[in-house]
Amino acid sequence: MSAVEKADTPEVILRAEKMTRVFPGTVALEDVDFDVYERSVNVLIGENGAGKSTLMRILAGVDQPTSGRIVMGGEEVRFSSVLDAARQGIGIVFQELNLCPNLTVTENIFLGRDMTRAGVHIDMARQRERARELLARLEHDIDPDTLVDDLRIGEQQIVEIAKALADDARVLIMDEPTSALSASEVEVLFRVIAELKKSGVAIIYISHRLEELVRIGDYFTVLRDGRFQASAPKGEATIPWIIRQMLGTSEFARRQARQVKVGEAVLSVKGLKLPRVGGGYLVDDVSVDFRAGEIVGIYGLLGAGRSELFESLFGLRAEARGEVAIGGRRADQLPVSRRIAAGLFLVPEDRQRDGLVQNLTVGKNLSLASLAKVTRFFTVQTGPERQAIDRLFRALRIKAPSPDTPITSLSGGNQQKVVIGKSLMTEPRVLLLDEPTRGIDIGAKEEVFRTMRELADQGLAVVFATSDLKEVHAVSDRVLVMSQGRITADLPDHQATDEVIVRASTRGHADPIPAHDHPAQDQ
Amino acid sequence: MTNTVATPAADAPKGQSTLLLLLLKLRTFIALIAVVVFFSLMAPNFVTVANAVIVSKHVAINAFLAIGMTFVILTGGIDLSVGAIVGLVGMVAGALVLYGIPLEMFGVVIYPSVWEMIGIALLVGTFVGLVNGLLITRMQVAPFIATLGMMYVARGTALLMSGGATFPNLVGKPEFGNQGFPVLGSGTILGIPLSIWLLLVVAAIAAYIATKTPFGRQIYAVGGNERAATLSGVNVNRVKLAVYMISGFCAAIAGLVVASQLVASHPASGETFEMNAIAAAVLGGTSLSGGRGTIGGTIVGAFVIGVLSDGLVMMGVSEFWQMVIKGVVIVGAVILDQMQRRIARNARLG
Repeated sequence: MSAVEKADTPEVILRAEKMTRVFPGTVALEDVDFDVYERSVNVLIGENGAGKSTLMRILAGVDQPTSGRIVMGGEEVRFSSVLDAARQGIGIVFQELNLCPNLTVTENIFLGRDMTRAGVHIDMARQRERARELLARLEHDIDPDTLVDDLRIGEQQIVEIAKALADDARVLIMDEPTSALSASEVEVLFRVIAELKKSGVAIIYISHRLEELVRIGDYFTVLRDGRFQASAPKGEATIPWIIRQMLGTSEFARRQARQVKVGEAVLSVKGLKLPRVGGGYLVDDVSVDFRAGEIVGIYGLLGAGRSELFESLFGLRAEARGEVAIGGRRADQLPVSRRIAAGLFLVPEDRQRDGLVQNLTVGKNLSLASLAKVTRFFTVQTGPERQAIDRLFRALRIKAPSPDTPITSLSGGNQQKVVIGKSLMTEPRVLLLDEPTRGIDIGAKEEVFRTMRELADQGLAVVFATSDLKEVHAVSDRVLVMSQGRITADLPDHQATDEVIVRASTRGHADPIPAHDHPAQDQ
Repeated sequence: MTNTVATPAADAPKGQSTLLLLLLKLRTFIALIAVVVFFSLMAPNFVTVANAVIVSKHVAINAFLAIGMTFVILTGGIDLSVGAIVGLVGMVAGALVLYGIPLEMFGVVIYPSVWEMIGIALLVGTFVGLVNGLLITRMQVAPFIATLGMMYVARGTALLMSGGATFPNLVGKPEFGNQGFPVLGSGTILGIPLSIWLLLVVAAIAAYIATKTPFGRQIYAVGGNERAATLSGVNVNRVKLAVYMISGFCAAIAGLVVASQLVASHPASGETFEMNAIAAAVLGGTSLSGGRGTIGGTIVGAFVIGVLSDGLVMMGVSEFWQMVIKGVVIVGAVILDQMQRRIARNARLG
């Protein structure tokens, strides 16, 4: 697809020179040079905390550099705000979703850049029409009048992209645009990217999915610890090269042999059903045992019911019916707090919204779910709390000056470590992890996997949901596949080939009733 | 993607929830009809033109405040100073009518005309709102605290202006050319009080701003997700500053109407009005966490509260019971609101 413009070499449309950004206590970027070529996908790679997002925030006008300059079309430019950058042709899709849930799709797309008559009257008809065009270009027929709150995360991501396109950007920054998308949505996005390239747009692309990068990237730049590490054009940048530049090694989530000593079933589920309002089931008659010392990977496409299964098990879905037993004792009538006490814990998918309290420090977040353990006479005992926090802080190697750092100043991977650490403090027997590696880099992923193995070795049942096949194989002892709310495969890892898994994950989609046009069909 | 096509089996419960949803959506309106019907049966003379005029005059005052309050709450803020602004603006108006603007260095007193006086009074209210907004955006004071402080300051200033006394008889004098202020409170057009006409105009403008202008859209965005608004290029501080100024302006209108209706201004007038305004907004479906609510809903909410209090008075229900009933109605409204959101969400997900 990108063999298009080999004839004439694309020119540099935007250049960041000697970019430095100093935050109190840390240097996020140091003397970084970054060239953006027109009509190309410019890939920016680096571990979490390497400075990618900081650089993008500067290029998009969100943040100002401490020193350094931006050159666009031969002239030095300054972006004083997002709107200013947008006016000069820079669009951005942020890593974390930034939409107003109370507004419709159209209203979100045109927020801050409304089309008006006479400057005051919003031309809703024109905006709706334009929104429909943009969504059609992204091959999604989302109703422009839908409230964003009612969209799934993948659809919200599409709206974010539509919003960035609305400005006719010349440079479009995409920070992890595929982290919430299903395989077929990713294909659509790649088609859109190819089309944008053709129409002359330069794309800056950040992702942790290396296969993706190698497939669509034209120019590669690697950052490491806030500095420029290396750059290469398409062809020279291979996955081993990228990993070597990023980490200094070229290992990719290598599977480590683990002595599996599987114990008794600690979490038993029988006939679990979660009805969908308006008919059907989100979780459809699931019966499964999770045993101590075992790591179970649950694979499924977006909307397969993995998160819903976890939420039902954890007691977040009051409508769920069926037997749930933790350690042999019935738990399906218990509230969340009693289930935690019984030894179950869920690490949620959306850590921003469900996993962390944004206004507390790293330490306070870690101890939040287990305050009872350090409470005597209705008082939190600061000493023991501090000890427990320090222990976890070190064990998980959280990259922050101290446990007193605000949680918001941590990178995505480190925030995820805090969420997992928080669950460990409750001393669970069963740990449910919903997409534990979403939006974190290879290094941090490997650490998350290592933690999962250690926990299983200690006799925990570890269950995680993922939509990445490689991850399934990297740690699972046993693989479950979900489709349409049902478990469609339950195999030991060595029997679970990619083909078996993919086939099981699309089972049920071809059924004539109920009619779902799931993307997996076009695969 | 994943378009769920409703299967025949799913239709029946869906139809039911749609009807329930409609009823819940119109709940404030239904509540209004219910209280009107209830009082027409229980209280003699409730359904008379004279009474309707009295009730709507009361409602108008609260509605002005509630409109401004709705803008503030939509951004996720709160304005506790509006009641005090009613008192302060009334006193400013009273002082201007009775004593004019004394320019001591020239030894003259300027008596502004009624229009000029109204202009000055509105400026005073807007200015108080501006200070609220500056405290919140520049000094980072929480809206609750900033406007609580302003409530005391404005009330205290109102009391200081007269030493706590009332400015009586604000009719003006022909020799000063400042007659006519009472018309605002007691005048009518086509038999309908001037204050009601004014309310219609203000409400229409407010509803237009909220639904049809970029500024209105930005108000909702700030309340829905401030960070997203900032990243979309919305000047969040400017929006916040503006809504507190609007709230101050609306409170000033209410202050003028109150003073004009009484043909006198008292420094304590407007006490606890802020709570009625918040109640009207909440009854009308405005979410205190911001981002959700409409001007129309607020107006209906103000009518429910107004009809309820006046009706209970006419029925001879004791003031103490009135308070209990009002409280129950407000909390009940919020419970219904939560129900509606839950059902609506489920229906849409289905």
